[in-house]
Amino acid sequence: MRPAERQGFPLVARLSLRFAGTYAALMILGGLFLIPLLWMLSVSLQDAQSMFALPFRWIPPGRPRWENYSAALSAVPFGRYLLNTSVITASVLGFTLLSCTLVAYGFSRVRFPGRDFLFALCVSTMMLPGQVTMIPLYMAYARLGWVDTYLPLIVPSVFGSPFYIFLLRQFFLTIPREYDEAALLDGAGRLRIYWSIVLPQARPAIATVALFCFIGTWNDFFGPLIYLNSPEKATLTLGLNMLKSQVIGSGSVQWHILMAASVLVMLPNILVFFLAQKQFIRGIKIGGLRG
Amino acid sequence: MTMPGRGHRRHTLEGYLFISPWLAGFFLMTAGPMIASVYISGTSWTMLSPPVWVGGQNYARLLGDDPRFGTSLLNTLWYVAVAVPLGLLVSLLLALLLNRRVPGRGFFRTLFFLPSITNLVAVSLLWMWLLNPEYGLLNSALRMAGFDGPLWFQSERWAKPALVVMSLWGTGGTMIVFLAALQGIPEELYEAAELDGAGPFNRFVHITLPMISPAFLFNLIVGVIGSSQVFTQAYVMTGSAEPGSEGGPNNATLFVVLYLYKKAFQEFAMGYAAAIAWVLFFLILVATIVHMKLAGRWVYYEAGER
Repeated sequence: MRPAERQGFPLVARLSLRFAGTYAALMILGGLFLIPLLWMLSVSLQDAQSMFALPFRWIPPGRPRWENYSAALSAVPFGRYLLNTSVITASVLGFTLLSCTLVAYGFSRVRFPGRDFLFALCVSTMMLPGQVTMIPLYMAYARLGWVDTYLPLIVPSVFGSPFYIFLLRQFFLTIPREYDEAALLDGAGRLRIYWSIVLPQARPAIATVALFCFIGTWNDFFGPLIYLNSPEKATLTLGLNMLKSQVIGSGSVQWHILMAASVLVMLPNILVFFLAQKQFIRGIKIGGLRG
Repeated sequence: MTMPGRGHRRHTLEGYLFISPWLAGFFLMTAGPMIASVYISGTSWTMLSPPVWVGGQNYARLLGDDPRFGTSLLNTLWYVAVAVPLGLLVSLLLALLLNRRVPGRGFFRTLFFLPSITNLVAVSLLWMWLLNPEYGLLNSALRMAGFDGPLWFQSERWAKPALVVMSLWGTGGTMIVFLAALQGIPEELYEAAELDGAGPFNRFVHITLPMISPAFLFNLIVGVIGSSQVFTQAYVMTGSAEPGSEGGPNNATLFVVLYLYKKAFQEFAMGYAAAIAWVLFFLILVATIVHMKLAGRWVYYEAGER
């Protein structure tokens, strides 16, 4: 007995009346969110004259300039950067998943003295801004001779990350304990339970952590900026910034090339996002705003 | 559950083995560096020469005798105070719209969320050109409407607002958290209120707002922590090609972390930079504690959850 049902309008008219305001607002806001992306695409396919046309033409006469993309690819060694970024991201992802699932298993499935205190400590370190530990860590890595290698970017992932440990632990807690206890009584070891009972059931949470970790590592700017000096070791993000300095420093205004490069750098993210949008949203629900 | 002594000890050993990666990391990557950082912040250390102990001098200079740090602090406070509330407002509005069960909302959800997970350097370049005073889309549209747009990143007055506009475009993560909270509100609450004759406004104020207040607190704290560490946008957008020029017109976008970066990695003043990091940490800590303390007055937790 909703109010709308009492009125005599046909269903379609009622629906469109109810949603008209919502749609109008969604259209306006959606336009505002979409325009920057379309603009970037449009500029990336224009030539050096038409992109300066005033007023701006979304689709200028003539063919789209796909060669801007090859120009971007040859202005800096993008292939090399793609490889570097993939190596770093794959290593971080592997170590993170291994360490965080092990730690989360310990915090959620094994009873031992001090566990709750240590977990609280782990969670509280999430609030520590990275800048506090950054300078001593940089000096330590410098002394070890690790600056300008990938080690400072990869090694920390061996120790896990509190945020991911937290997410995984919350999810592990929802897996019924009876499975573990039955397996323990059957004489299975902890590692076996971790590997063949908990991990397979925690797949959605693991996928979520993998996604967050991928996006975070792939797009990281600060780490590569301070640790990588040699141009040939740069990541995509760092390389894009180098291209920007190169373009602006040379006094030229090749923004169509810069926009093409930006599109190329964004593409892997966008692809991963479309493949796994559901995981992101599920992850935020696991993260639990409910305590 | 009672355990025989040996089993108990085995559980303890196993537990510590499982958490050992984090535990080792806690000492090596967090606690150890924190202690080292306290020491470093009391020295003058350029990495090339041995450290010289100067006690509290770095802090005294930071807080009393460094106008550029003062500027960076005020810029950061300005940015947090403007970007965080606007971001909360916009993302709540987007989430409320998406929470209506209109056909096609999946498309809009994707659209609103997408910018927040893309590459920040690429996004910065996009906005740098979009807000170009002469050829950028916004100013060229304003000109057609008969207005002269501001100089955005080239103007002391408009550089920070331009960064806020860009941050609003990337507010999708905050929106998703609100959306998850909105979808967790039981439908019966609204139905009961409707039967009691509560209008849309009353339902929003007395049901929606209290029910999403934990998400609001979460977004507020994460937003303040995140935006007080704003760096990449300012570094990419407001520096010319020369290293060291970052910070925008008349230091309008010199934020605390950017200043810290310049001190540490361009001037190699490691002691001074460590002191900046501690001041930043202290401010974030105070802000977080204040939010948590005030939360009791406006955050509603369902009975039984706390």
